[in-house]
Amino acid sequence: MTEELASISLVGVYSATAVYTIAFIAFTLDLAKRTAERSATVANPYVSASASASVGGGTAVLERTGTTVDAPAGRSKWVRIAMSLTVLGWLLHIAATVLRGIAAERVPWANMFEFSLTATAIIVGVFLGVQFWQDLRYLGAYLLGFVVLALGIATVNFYVDVAPLVPALQSAWLVIHVFVAALATGFLALGAGLSVMQILQARREASGKGARFLGTLPDAHRLEMLAYRLIVVGFVFWTFTLIAGAIWAERAWGRYWGWDTKEVWTFIIWTLFAGYIHARATRGWRGTRSSWLAIIGFAAIVFNFTVVNLFFKGLHAYSGL
Amino acid sequence: MASFRPSDHVDAERDADLDERRAAPNQPKLDFVGYLRFAWRQLTSMRTALLLLLLLAFAAVPGSLVPQRSADPNGVVQYERDNPQLFPILDALQVFDTYTSVWFSAIYLLLFVSLIGCVLPRTKHHWQALRSRPPKTPARFERLPASTTVDAGDTDAAKAIEEARSLLKGQRYRVEQYGDSVSAERGYLRETGNLVFHTALVGILIAVGIGGGFGYSGQKIVVEGRSFTNVLGNYDSFNPGRFFAETALDPYTLTLDDFSVAYEEENLDAYGQPIDFDASVTARTRDGGEQQSSIKVNEPLRIGGTDVFLLGNGYAPVITVRDGAGDVAFSQPVPFLPQDSQLTSVGVVKIPDGLDEQLGMRGFLYPTAIELESGALASSHPEDRAPTMTLEVYTGDLKLDDGQATSVYALDITDMVQIAGRNAPAETLVLTPGDTIELPDGLGSVSFDSLPRYISIDVHRDPSQLWVLLFALLMVAGLLTSLFVPRRRMWVKAVQTDAGVRLEYGGLARGEDPNLETAVQELAREHSQRLGLKVDR
Ligand code: HEM
Repeated sequence: MTEELASISLVGVYSATAVYTIAFIAFTLDLAKRTAERSATVANPYVSASASASVGGGTAVLERTGTTVDAPAGRSKWVRIAMSLTVLGWLLHIAATVLRGIAAERVPWANMFEFSLTATAIIVGVFLGVQFWQDLRYLGAYLLGFVVLALGIATVNFYVDVAPLVPALQSAWLVIHVFVAALATGFLALGAGLSVMQILQARREASGKGARFLGTLPDAHRLEMLAYRLIVVGFVFWTFTLIAGAIWAERAWGRYWGWDTKEVWTFIIWTLFAGYIHARATRGWRGTRSSWLAIIGFAAIVFNFTVVNLFFKGLHAYSGL
Repeated sequence: MASFRPSDHVDAERDADLDERRAAPNQPKLDFVGYLRFAWRQLTSMRTALLLLLLLAFAAVPGSLVPQRSADPNGVVQYERDNPQLFPILDALQVFDTYTSVWFSAIYLLLFVSLIGCVLPRTKHHWQALRSRPPKTPARFERLPASTTVDAGDTDAAKAIEEARSLLKGQRYRVEQYGDSVSAERGYLRETGNLVFHTALVGILIAVGIGGGFGYSGQKIVVEGRSFTNVLGNYDSFNPGRFFAETALDPYTLTLDDFSVAYEEENLDAYGQPIDFDASVTARTRDGGEQQSSIKVNEPLRIGGTDVFLLGNGYAPVITVRDGAGDVAFSQPVPFLPQDSQLTSVGVVKIPDGLDEQLGMRGFLYPTAIELESGALASSHPEDRAPTMTLEVYTGDLKLDDGQATSVYALDITDMVQIAGRNAPAETLVLTPGDTIELPDGLGSVSFDSLPRYISIDVHRDPSQLWVLLFALLMVAGLLTSLFVPRRRMWVKAVQTDAGVRLEYGGLARGEDPNLETAVQELAREHSQRLGLKVDR
């Protein structure tokens, strides 16, 4: 029974990866097909709304702002196909993850394969959820590229058969700690994506040169602000991950903090993003410089999950490999 | 909003009250006090805080690359063996004690000095701001980041201002009227949260640094059926905090009644993997109270101000050695150290007295013994389904008398001769529970009586723990308010023009406030509605 469910789950993972791959291609096509012409209509509404209202001066100019932002870019046929495929892939992905959990009779995040599976599902979930707040579909190619890569590596290199939880992992804190960490990763991944766009956009604004699709994106200032808001949410979740991890460590190992490699890296990441938040408030550090910090912070998360898990020695030896 | 920010904070330029301070470093005469003040201002600047934060992140890296003495002392020994050239250099740089090293400590101490230097004046200013009136209305709104105007025709200016006042009050602004204008401010909580956050960080540091010094931790192996009393001499190893006093130990007694392990039986991919450890203990406290409980991984026993954790387990075969006349020279459980997931374990027996010669034995234990094709033994399951123990026997000098501390798990055979084993005329002793085997040369006999389990427990006392948790929670609370409460000023002004009254609205945000623009527009809209003005949409 367990094995059948696990293999159905694996088929689900393959299908989800395949669908995501097509979605990724569609997102990329969308970026490629966007033309700079649209940029005129997306001239920074954040600033222009204010200008028109106060300079216009005469009668009340009380337009609602904010909701129309970035809309023109969404008209592309490709982006709609890509989004539909992402949703489809996500449903398959969720189904595969849940099946894995049923097969194992526990939460599906007890080894690296399962954690990759669940974390990427949560990351895609955050990506889809965030669209209700802001249209960030232009990050689709970046995000799905990342997810396809992660899923591919996880299934090829990290796959392990279902095994019961070792006693050290039998804790409600495992559920909380890992779930929140994945949630944080989702937000910080998007924040890093926006920061990449910010750097490209700022370069384009300064030199007039750069990829064509950038013309359809919000301006550098707004990209930076969006990145900041996502990263701040991610940072709060990461703080929570850190604290939940410490509480769990206390329950399992009798000390809440022991500078274990995994703890060290969680701390490093936290400090890097605290640095990012400070940078955003430090004169001379706004813009591209703070964007780099956000990217470095996210790179540290990826590093923490891959290299630290596989090659560094520590108590958190949960890769199952 | 007189909030004292470091002068290189992005909002600082809007703080009129800071202009003076920023000019200060340029003053030509820099005497000693001037230099000190300058240095202090540098240390408490945003740029320094940022630099130190990034430095701290960077400095934490080496500790994850090489084993740390605190977490993995054996790893350090191994590292020295593997990298004999590199080791002394790294050791001199304190890389094996990264988190207590001089350089790491210097960075975080500087950071916290900077933090305190930053937070104290801000707290003072914030306290004052909380009790002062919202600032005067600026003359021109166009320079504000968000502003709009509405033509109100023949609306009464005083009534419009009164209406704006009540509207803003309803939105939980603090309001103040200046002539034909209202000045409003909200979001003091943002700064409060920020200060709570940073202060809680200091709290954590103090709790860890000082509170942690009063604690201790100790390790002990307890065999089934045996007891452990919480007094200093009973520990196998003990790590006291800096301010530890022996009186901190509460002498309770724990008896390990039973230790059971559940193994995975059905899933063949994980066959034999332990899925539950359960140590049943009887705890007796000093006042005579007696209580049955169980200790599991993730479920420590809280007793006598300490937490007792289940860290490891293994087998402790009861071995009895008799001399040639049949008198008992040695009889006790000997904890064997597990070597693999099937609990193949190794152990050492040392018998300095009671026999004609000093006797040492090195043993292997196979809980479920199977014979490999090579003839060697191995264990196929961690449970004691077919236990077998092998012993190699040595006689000679155990080197216990020269006062040097020796590990109970290591046998120094430099001055010993093997009398049974691979390199001896007599074969390795092979025993199953209940067996007795004669030693060569009429030395005596060895019996394998029974096979109880043992657990290794970790006893902790950390009085700082609750404080750390409390500050951590304060930190999160502060973080949430400081990041998500918008902090803004709003002004509404009624200006009399030839064409009637013109209402002006202006907003200014402190920190990140992406909704400022919308908020100003909304204010103008709602105000107009209240005044019964027709609004173009
Ligand atoms: C242990 C070191 C520090 C850490 C981990 C840290 C962390 C943070 C975090 C997470 C925030 C954003 C949340 C909030 O506003 O409460 C923040 C904001 C802030 N921190 Fe720190 N901080 C540290 C030291 C300092 C120091 C030394 C200063 C003074 C120079 C400082 C000044 C500020 C200021 C002014 C803000 C507000 C930023 C804004 O306006 O957006 N911090 N800090």
